[in-house]
Amino acid sequence: MASRVSDHLERLGRASADAVAEFGLGAVLFGQSLFWMILGRRRAQPVRLEATFARCMEVGIQAIPIVTMMSITIGMMLAIQGIYTLRVFGAEDQVVIGVGFSVVREFGPLITGILVAGRTGSSLAARIGTMRINQELDALQVMGINPVRFIVAPALIAMAIMVPVLTFWSDIVMLAGAGWYISVDLGMSWGAYIDRLREIVKVEDVTHGLWKSVLFSALITLVGVINGALVQGGAEGVGKMTTRSVVLAISAIIVTDMIFAFITTRS
Amino acid sequence: MTAEAAVVRAEPELVANPPVIEVVDLITHYGPREILHKISLSVRQGEIMVIMGGSGSGKSTLLNSLLGLIRPTSGQIRILGQDLNAIPDVERTRLRQKTGVAFQGGALFSSLNVLENIMLPLREHTRLDQHTMRIMARLKMQVVNLAGFEALMPSELSGGMIKRAALARAIVMDPRILFCDEPSAGLDPVVSSAIDDLILSLREAMGMSIVVVTHELESAFKIADRICVLDKGNILIVGTVDEVKNSPNQRIQNLLNRRTEEETLDPDEYLRRLTAAND
Ligand SMILES: Nc1ncnc2c1ncn2[C@@H]1O[C@H](COP(=O)(O)OP(=O)(O)OP(=O)(O)O)[C@@H](O)[C@H]1O
Ligand SMILES: [Mg+2]
Repeated sequence: MASRVSDHLERLGRASADAVAEFGLGAVLFGQSLFWMILGRRRAQPVRLEATFARCMEVGIQAIPIVTMMSITIGMMLAIQGIYTLRVFGAEDQVVIGVGFSVVREFGPLITGILVAGRTGSSLAARIGTMRINQELDALQVMGINPVRFIVAPALIAMAIMVPVLTFWSDIVMLAGAGWYISVDLGMSWGAYIDRLREIVKVEDVTHGLWKSVLFSALITLVGVINGALVQGGAEGVGKMTTRSVVLAISAIIVTDMIFAFITTRS
Repeated sequence: MTAEAAVVRAEPELVANPPVIEVVDLITHYGPREILHKISLSVRQGEIMVIMGGSGSGKSTLLNSLLGLIRPTSGQIRILGQDLNAIPDVERTRLRQKTGVAFQGGALFSSLNVLENIMLPLREHTRLDQHTMRIMARLKMQVVNLAGFEALMPSELSGGMIKRAALARAIVMDPRILFCDEPSAGLDPVVSSAIDDLILSLREAMGMSIVVVTHELESAFKIADRICVLDKGNILIVGTVDEVKNSPNQRIQNLLNRRTEEETLDPDEYLRRLTAAND
């Protein structure tokens, strides 16, 4: 009985030690990536443009359809919900305020982050996990090719560029989706809707969301890489860590988002 | 002075062929478990050293230590005169360009085709133009008999082709030392023997020193200048093929005759293992 309890405690202790270790690993990876971005060329080991570009295509261009579809849907959902709630006060036409703010500050970055975590974070974890069990990471190392420079740095750069771009696109599409529903339901013209948006939503609100998405991009990448690098065993291990990377990345995004919202609404 | 002279007289070939790999008192742990127990070994210039041993004897652990993939607990590994675990990163990167590794499973990059895989070390470490790199990679593909398969992806290759491609990638920088992990494991006898010939010809043509890990006796006897037999993390013998074959050591003979290790357990220990609870 007593041993059960201590077992539990030990497992809990080990789990939190692991969590701290993974956190540290993330920081180290991030630092090393920066190192290679800045000093790689001098060491004749530059971060490759082609690799970065290829990642950009994967992360960004191929995600456009799903991001577009989800953003339209969520934009409409926000409008529907907003109008329904505000009707209680007879203030339906104020819906633009709610939609405008929440889209560019919250929903655009959040939805894009979650979709990218599901697409790219998971594929990064799977790719690196597979490379690990196939000894491709070892092969890189013994060839004198630093895996962080070769794999992690291009992914970080591509994500830091493409996630904000996708987020911006998601903002536009989401606002369009909301605008379409509002114009149908409330009979507000497109011109009036856009004018109203421009009155309410400041450039800072948009950039706030975009900076947040840069942060998300780093979280997703590092979580994906670490989970891939920690894969044990064969294909089954890859599957397990891929799932774990998606769950962790999405959780990290949501928690970070909450903290961000809390801090930036204080002042 | 006199000491040196004595060495020259005693082992003249040692002076003519200075060691390219020197392992001194190597101890390696996985977690708390000691795997290699104070191993010392040296590989001479231009020789083919085969590391043999039963499953779990520590062959992969030794190889990974030589490659710098796992850090030893203590002891020294000198590759081409440099202490692998004491030199700065930049030096180690340079050293690694003078060694090539063919991994057991090939470890080809699945997103690159065969030619790109073989070209990768050139692309990362030289300033040659694309055209020259292609030619050099194609040359190596010819050496391993893979000409014509440049555009295939690793997933489209057979087991033997994967080993060849891995070899081609390992030698594309004309390394001084080549490491091969189980080069003929899982191949049919004809292909496996062709790989052995390939390894021999690499040594002839390029004068490489080659370290091969294998448990295929036939292949070991065919290619080895010297064989190092590992057992439970200890070296039983290092010697020529004949020396190993004629060794009176029972464990070596068991290994050579493919007799499974009858573990000499006392009854108490046996019972204890059987009844050892998992919780
Ligand atoms: N990653 C690891 N973690 C913990 N122990 C390990 C690890 N890898 C190997 N070992 C242990 O080290 C010992 C030597 O293993 P090693 O892989 O070097 O053997 P081997 O000679 O290569 O065997 P095989 O012919 O089966 O590949 C084994 O007892 C094994 O249990
Ligand atoms: Mg092994």
